[in-house]
Amino acid sequence: MVKLAENKDRSEHKAIERLPLPAKVYLPLIQHLGKICVPEVKVGDTVSLGQKIGAIQANFSAPIHASISGKVLAIQDWPHPVLGRAKAIVLEGDGRDDTGIFALKSRQEVDKLTPDDIRKIVLDAGIVGMGGASFPTHIKLNPPKPVNTLIVNGAECEPYLTADSRLMVEKAEEIFKGIEVVSKCLGIKEIYVGIEDNKPEAIRIFSKFSGIKVKVLRSDYPQGGEKQLVQNILGKEIPRGKLPFDIGVLVQNVATLYAIYEAVYRSKPLIERLVTVTGSCVENPKNLLVRLGTPIKNLIEFCGLKEEPAKMIIGGPMMGIAQYTDEVPIIKSSGGLLLMNKKEAEDLEEEPCIRCAACVRGCPVGLMPCQINLASQKSLWKLAKEYGGMDCIECGICNYVCPSNRRLLQTIKRAKLESGK
Amino acid sequence: MKNNLIVSGSPHIHKKESVSRIMWTVALSTIPAGIAGVIIFGLDALWIILAATIAAVSTEWVFELITRRKVTILDGSAVITGILLAYNLPSGVPLWLPVVGAIFSIIVGKAVFGGLGQNIFNPALVGRVFLMASWPKYMTTFPKPFSYDAVTSATPLAMLKEGKILEHIPYLDLFLGNRGGCIGEVCILALLIGAAILLIKGYITWHIPVTYILTTAILTYIFGAKQFFHGDWLFHILSGGLILGAFFMATDYVATPLTIKGQVIFGIGCGLITAVIRIWGGYPEGVSYAILMMNAATPFIDRYTKNRIYGT
Repeated sequence: MVKLAENKDRSEHKAIERLPLPAKVYLPLIQHLGKICVPEVKVGDTVSLGQKIGAIQANFSAPIHASISGKVLAIQDWPHPVLGRAKAIVLEGDGRDDTGIFALKSRQEVDKLTPDDIRKIVLDAGIVGMGGASFPTHIKLNPPKPVNTLIVNGAECEPYLTADSRLMVEKAEEIFKGIEVVSKCLGIKEIYVGIEDNKPEAIRIFSKFSGIKVKVLRSDYPQGGEKQLVQNILGKEIPRGKLPFDIGVLVQNVATLYAIYEAVYRSKPLIERLVTVTGSCVENPKNLLVRLGTPIKNLIEFCGLKEEPAKMIIGGPMMGIAQYTDEVPIIKSSGGLLLMNKKEAEDLEEEPCIRCAACVRGCPVGLMPCQINLASQKSLWKLAKEYGGMDCIECGICNYVCPSNRRLLQTIKRAKLESGK
Repeated sequence: MKNNLIVSGSPHIHKKESVSRIMWTVALSTIPAGIAGVIIFGLDALWIILAATIAAVSTEWVFELITRRKVTILDGSAVITGILLAYNLPSGVPLWLPVVGAIFSIIVGKAVFGGLGQNIFNPALVGRVFLMASWPKYMTTFPKPFSYDAVTSATPLAMLKEGKILEHIPYLDLFLGNRGGCIGEVCILALLIGAAILLIKGYITWHIPVTYILTTAILTYIFGAKQFFHGDWLFHILSGGLILGAFFMATDYVATPLTIKGQVIFGIGCGLITAVIRIWGGYPEGVSYAILMMNAATPFIDRYTKNRIYGT
């Protein structure tokens, strides 16, 4: 774990704003971990807001919904923030915004829902883990083993990003209702909310709810990583190669719980999400509620530019992905848009490893990144695996601390790929 | 718009740190000991330090030009090698000696392995041991402190070895450097100031120096005298090159283990070898050899001291 410069002050006190409705949205048929969806509409079809337009072909997947009402313009390859390019449904909006259809249900109605009803609602709403991994949520709500502990991930540890933090401040009641729904669905006995100490307002608000334990965590990176969160809240580790449910734990991000609330209480599928638009190039950093499929150029236009960005990152500066075009859309996992200027984005020259062991001390899972790096560069995949390359969580600390600017993470990712073959 | 976006892998931020910043800080941290050396042994010490440093940097530069490698002399590592080599020499040696030693250090100790980061042994110690084997007379003739002329004196450890310590050298004299010895090793106070800089900056951790010094202290206390548990451990810590070696040479990143576990083993190993040489060996001082031997053991230590991986 390392202490990073947070740079959250630009946007952390900016109230959530709604981005004006985009004229067009580009909805990739894959916005989740798992199998790609098949289109349920044809070019020329009229679609309504929230209509399912991409259907799942396997359980390990999540459906896609129309984030605006209008007409299907095309189904074509389009830039994708994670995969480079992927098949997407292009919708042209009709200018209407029928959010009124997502009427609030009463508490009594929600209380009548059975766990299976909840699972079905979550599946039909296309909800995935919104902290970045985009693991289909309905699968997490259907664990093969009993789960009795829920850990709510309110540790937004990436520098610059403030979307989760804002959500916790402005939508605490809703998140809490999401927690109740999940707890009921799984028969959860213990609920922890992990929040870093740099979010005092969120800590104060969540401490008022009864039935949950707020755990104040140090604002170190990667505190919000699933493995670190479990370790620092419960004092135990998830065994190698296992998932949290193997030790009876479910970890859910606050944004995911908010999406669950909206699906259960408002019958609203996942069609929008909160995105922090920030960075030194941004005139007015904001926390924006953005319809899925909106190209990032709309966000940039809305927030204004101070200077021409040299690097556009979807996600945070540690694990986010640099984009090659501003046509790329916001998808379910996109929690931030970070625009860096030329000086910040400068590529530093790689120098020889001096074995200073900064990466070894920094690695939150106990690896020796410099050794895996050497093995990987020599294509010694077996050796890389022996050094634990497969256990890498790709947090990027090794690269960050390396005085020789070595591309440790890239070579470890390569080793993971090769030794997984 | 935006036709020249930079698209590179994560992470996209980097700690403000570089190899040259580390190396120059280490070089800086050796300055107090150098100043002390010049005060104690006179300007001869300064000329030796300069000769070794200039020779080390020039050798690296020439070698890189000849072999058409990237010139790296500004990264500060050759400067450190030169300085540390000089600190391991008596102040009375002729000026060609540090030059020859520095050339040997850089070429045989560093360049032939592939340069910075690739060397198996601490380059300065490689040079020192080479000079010791080749010109032992020069290497063991120590001018008397504050005499600034040709009067020589034995080092405290040599006196101890020969059983010549008739009266006790005050610990304060040892601490401040009023004794025979190598240029950079005698003033413990100055060395500790430099070490504090490195510890505060986080460029070294306490694990190797502390385990090294502690092991030496314990073993010399137990076995350092005719009777068990009567050894003068403080004398052993303060004399010879232990402090210089423990903080500035046994902590050389390149040739020491990566994990804390490994570094503790390294430190204990250095202490053990140093004590064995000093107590039972035929040689008064053992720091250089101890560190070099443990350098050789480093890949082996690394292999068996991996950190525990999360979830295993």
